[in-house]
Amino acid sequence: MDLLGHYNYYVVVVLMMIGFYSVIARGNMAKKIMGLNLFQTSVFIMFISAGKVIGGSTPIYQKGVELYSNPLPHVLILTAIVVGVATTAVGLALTVRIREAYGSIEDDDLIEDDGEDADGHGNGQ
Amino acid sequence: MRENGILRIIARFLIPLIMLFALYVQFHGDYSPGGGFQAGVMFAAAWILFVLIYGLEAGLAVIPERAMFVLSAAGSLLYALIGLLGVMLGGRFLDFYPLLDDPQAAQQAGIILVEFGVGVTVASVVMLIFTMFARRRGDLGQAWHPEEHD
Amino acid sequence: MTILEWMPFSVLVPLIAAPLCALLPGRVMPWSLAMLAVIASAAISALVLPAAVDEPLRYAFGNWPPPFGIEYYVDAVNAFLALLISAMAVVILPWARKSVNQEVPERQGPFYALFLLAMSGLMGITLTGDAFNVFVFLEISSLSTYALIAHGQRRAALLASFRYLIMGTLGATFYLIGIGLLYIATGTLNMADLAERVPEVSDTRAVRAAFGFIVVGIGLKLALFPLHRWLPGAYANAPSAVTVFIAATATKVAVYILLRLVFTVFGVEFALDMPYREVFFTLGIIGILFASISAIDQPTAKRMLAYSSVAQIGYIALAISLVSVEGLAAGLVHIFNHALMKGALFMAVGAVIYRLGTNRVEDFAGLAKSMPWTMLAFVLAGLSLIGVPLTAGFISKWALIQAAIAQDNWVAVAVVLVGSLLAVIYIGRIAEAAYLRPAPENRAPIREVGPWMMVPLWLLIAANFWFGIDTSLTLDTATRGAEVLMGVGP
Repeated sequence: MDLLGHYNYYVVVVLMMIGFYSVIARGNMAKKIMGLNLFQTSVFIMFISAGKVIGGSTPIYQKGVELYSNPLPHVLILTAIVVGVATTAVGLALTVRIREAYGSIEDDDLIEDDGEDADGHGNGQ
Repeated sequence: MRENGILRIIARFLIPLIMLFALYVQFHGDYSPGGGFQAGVMFAAAWILFVLIYGLEAGLAVIPERAMFVLSAAGSLLYALIGLLGVMLGGRFLDFYPLLDDPQAAQQAGIILVEFGVGVTVASVVMLIFTMFARRRGDLGQAWHPEEHD
Repeated sequence: MTILEWMPFSVLVPLIAAPLCALLPGRVMPWSLAMLAVIASAAISALVLPAAVDEPLRYAFGNWPPPFGIEYYVDAVNAFLALLISAMAVVILPWARKSVNQEVPERQGPFYALFLLAMSGLMGITLTGDAFNVFVFLEISSLSTYALIAHGQRRAALLASFRYLIMGTLGATFYLIGIGLLYIATGTLNMADLAERVPEVSDTRAVRAAFGFIVVGIGLKLALFPLHRWLPGAYANAPSAVTVFIAATATKVAVYILLRLVFTVFGVEFALDMPYREVFFTLGIIGILFASISAIDQPTAKRMLAYSSVAQIGYIALAISLVSVEGLAAGLVHIFNHALMKGALFMAVGAVIYRLGTNRVEDFAGLAKSMPWTMLAFVLAGLSLIGVPLTAGFISKWALIQAAIAQDNWVAVAVVLVGSLLAVIYIGRIAEAAYLRPAPENRAPIREVGPWMMVPLWLLIAANFWFGIDTSLTLDTATRGAEVLMGVGP
């Protein structure tokens, strides 16, 4: 196998693992979201690099060009990027509100206090 | 940052250019790289640059929050409406061929209208997200003072 | 217009109504619009089901022929599920009205818009025939579900929503990696097209890796043990109406997409070549036992039912691990019946929360006196969950046991029976508190809930018994769907 030929996949795997590690190992919610972004970005690179056709031109119709790269992954990833932006926005919005409600965004410090003491309704012993 | 002359002048110079480029990307999206998503984000970026320099109040004087909210819904409704138009004229959802006689012109008209809806929605949603996060700082008791962050 | 031309509107109507709904002021108008959209969607789904059972319906968006454009591909399996989702939404929305008024007092326009988005996202996943479109709809429904969960009254709702967001996005991205590898290997994303091309390349590592990524990614979404950690917190802290809806539909749709990809796209032989059977059998069994035992000592009723949901996912995993028409049919029937019983159970608990403001198990003491109809409904739905004859739960467990016996799989039979006994214990805890213990003396007098909540709740109870006796809709359609998935039959 041509090792250098798979250069793009090495980049993808390294980025993916950095992102995945940050999501799992970091307690800070903002860092978790950054890790999630990195993780998603690695997948985007995987898709887009797969769309390249060797010797192919940009996929815009031109006279005298026979071979084009595959435009479909670009379109798909554009959608996935938008999804990623929306996820980041929702995640950060939740982080901001968690900071306001708990005073901390360290995931390990916070527990889902399901005993209903927080809302003042718990009247049982 | 309002007091910083260099920033202000560069921003004044850049904002119209960014907006112009956003419009170019928007309306050439049918036959060259571009379209609603990219154009919308660029347009919103110009507005965000304006807010970073002149403050959120000045930015909201240009386009109030309520207007962004309505526009974000209106853009997606425009998309849906064009899609439905195809159904009403006897085609499939998002089918542009029935819109005009010439098939190429029909595709072009349909995609420009749809992408316009996308652009409006994306621009207003990005501005809305930015506004809501910027507001939150104010809620925490610290007013949004761009000057402190240079 | 023909039924084929109406079909995509069961997704499009709620999707288009959502932005309109967000703009409407007040409480009545957004709710009414949401209700109309959901009824329209359910009516279309009901009309599509008989047509789709006869012959698959294929609708190409923008008249771009598949595999170039996105198409909706509807056969017996997904028409069945689309009807379930939209019908559950129709039943839940009237119930939700009062509960949402209490739990989300202001800005109900955006709340119902999110509800519609979540529902149309689930419908979209179900109907689409394009693997990438599944990802988009998965994220539409997930993102709106995160936001809906964050509407919960307690601050823990934010934390639960955030943890769900992290796990859900990881799951969706794993799915995207799997789809990407499949696309690289085959050059197509249309499921029917994929099904033709995957066998040619099925002995490559890329396709095997794709299978792994897709199964793990969807496993996160469907809360398959041990990937279920997000579920109890999310169900326990979401507003009651949201809990009812996602408990009845969201994980079920994930099961559907798993079945569709494993059986239609990869094919039965490929799945048996991979450790599909062993993984789902083992995790299903551990899931049933672990989650049922965990459910017993949960402090609140919602959390207890959430663990019970994880156990029910275990039953479904066990059923689909049998890889036979009977097993898949049992899984599909359990998807339907579990939506009915868990919907009714969460509605009953939601009614208690509406009146009492709490759902700790101790606080159910003596409730049978002040809320007799709600508690009776809880017990009846609980019987269905346990699998008592004449209830819907019995039908799915009976189908599952028969499918297991047909393969001489006595471990599965034993686990199903033990799981049912454990369900007796945890449902019994609430029933015991409600019927046998005296109400605390210091509790303010409470009344039964009104018809807005009572009618949908009893509709679901009636459905639990109806589908426990008349199985022509559920079992027959599910068997037909299982035949389609296994690629046998007409």
